[in-house]
Amino acid sequence: MAGESQRQYHPWLPFVTLLRKEILRFWRVSSQTLLTPIITASLYLFVFGATLGERLSVLEGFSYAQFVIPGLILMGVINNSFANCSSSLFMSRYLGGIVDLLVTPVSPPQFIMAYTLAAMLRGTLVGTVVCGISTLFASMPWEAPLLAILMALLASFLFAQFGLIAAIFAHNFDTLSMYSNFLILPLIYLGGVFYPISILPETWERLSYLNPLFYLIDGFRHAILGVGDTSYLMAFGVSGAMALGLFGWAAWLIGKGYRLRT
Amino acid sequence: MYSPRMESALTIENLQKAFGGVAAVKEVSFAIERGEIFGLLGPNGAGKSTTINMIAGVARIDAGQIRAFGYDVQRDYRMTRQMLGVVHQEIVIDNFFTIDQALKLHAGYYGVKDDPAWRNLLIDRLGLRPHLGKVMLKLSGGLKRRFMIAKALIHRPRLLILDEPTAGVDVELRHGLWEFVREINREGTTILLTTHYLEEAEEMCDRIAIMNHGELIAMEETHELVRRLSNRQLRFWLEVPLKEMPVGLEGYRPKLKEDGRELELNLPAGESAGVLLNRVCELGLKIRDIETDQSGLEEVFIQLTGMKGNNHGR
Repeated sequence: MAGESQRQYHPWLPFVTLLRKEILRFWRVSSQTLLTPIITASLYLFVFGATLGERLSVLEGFSYAQFVIPGLILMGVINNSFANCSSSLFMSRYLGGIVDLLVTPVSPPQFIMAYTLAAMLRGTLVGTVVCGISTLFASMPWEAPLLAILMALLASFLFAQFGLIAAIFAHNFDTLSMYSNFLILPLIYLGGVFYPISILPETWERLSYLNPLFYLIDGFRHAILGVGDTSYLMAFGVSGAMALGLFGWAAWLIGKGYRLRT
Repeated sequence: MYSPRMESALTIENLQKAFGGVAAVKEVSFAIERGEIFGLLGPNGAGKSTTINMIAGVARIDAGQIRAFGYDVQRDYRMTRQMLGVVHQEIVIDNFFTIDQALKLHAGYYGVKDDPAWRNLLIDRLGLRPHLGKVMLKLSGGLKRRFMIAKALIHRPRLLILDEPTAGVDVELRHGLWEFVREINREGTTILLTTHYLEEAEEMCDRIAIMNHGELIAMEETHELVRRLSNRQLRFWLEVPLKEMPVGLEGYRPKLKEDGRELELNLPAGESAGVLLNRVCELGLKIRDIETDQSGLEEVFIQLTGMKGNNHGR
């Protein structure tokens, strides 16, 4: 039976299994994890695309629908990448299931990458579907598609890390929801999803440059429309630095087992 | 030359752990040999689960060292965790999955491919077959316990750690679980267990260690511990009733009962019954019948830990 006869160890299998489990977890409740955010984004698209989109213009040469669509796609990517990591890890901590992982050979890098990739998959799935639906409301020029994809992946990665960190620090469901309701949501709305910051009064425009989400949204829109408030270098530089910083922080916390191990 | 192959299944040296400045485990050292069933007992808060959590990697080690089969559980954690299977005291389940799916996932977490023959053997031996398609939320407490044992064994660990595996489990299931534990032990798996039921520990364990207030206060072979520390009583039924206690039996805490027809004497640990019998005969007492009574692990446990009543064993 058990005992001294051990089976062959496959070093990558713990990572692959955890990734599979995380994907299955959100897939099992896809009405909540995929369908709901897609419907929400579609409502935004309907309001800003079919109703107001033709009547407003905030950027010369583009309809309002064309302006707002990149922001709405990225909003779906960001929210869902964050929600996947934060809810999965927090539930594991809260219900005690994390212990099942802590006793296995899953290493901290494998742990982080499995959670991150599953969150990125959910985020990009939502973003891709929203992007598909948006074609009903406006056609996009897609000036630099590879850069747009890169920025979406970077945003997804960054918010997966933030989700891990939030799940580690949250004491209960209330504090966890505060991260998305009182931090991410205002930063997204004030980060230029619905308007270019260049139309703001000077003080507010300057303050907007302090909003880290502005660089993600602006870089993504820049890659799709070919026009942005900042350069690619600035958008990718700031976003990349933030992603690295949060990854380092998450890796340090998980490597130490902070609030995971007693 | 050093070789992990020659090491004990588990070696703990000067282990220490504190929570918020309060010591939970103080300089604990012991070793478990391969193939043993080793019982770690102690009252609530003695430090048993903390020790187990440090072995398993759930709790960080403040000081000291733990080696599993010669490998350091911190430095070589990927190696040691493949060799350990842990059944936690608290029920830990993932409500998203069915028993079958969860067992397949758990094999993967340990880096081993699913072995359907082994998985099915565990499912059958633990009586999980009729419940395979149920999600965890729908399982009874007993089924969850059985699933946790299957989960801990799915990667064929060499050392199985059972932290109160039968807490809240009915008598029939307890017997079934212990029978299964004996079976996998016979196949070569070393067992470390804590249990609330001291009679089970006495019956199951080759050796027992007792912890109290974070310290190891006793550790030896189960029968030796009971023999050395338990009280043995000899009851003599006498032909002629005694009116008063004979001089010379004071060291045996004598008691006269039944109008002087029954004399109860306590045999100190380590003293043979023959010596006491000779003493009684020398005093000229005519013996009609003798009865002996030996207390078990429960009394030894109470004696060592100063516990009373039923609040022990955790």
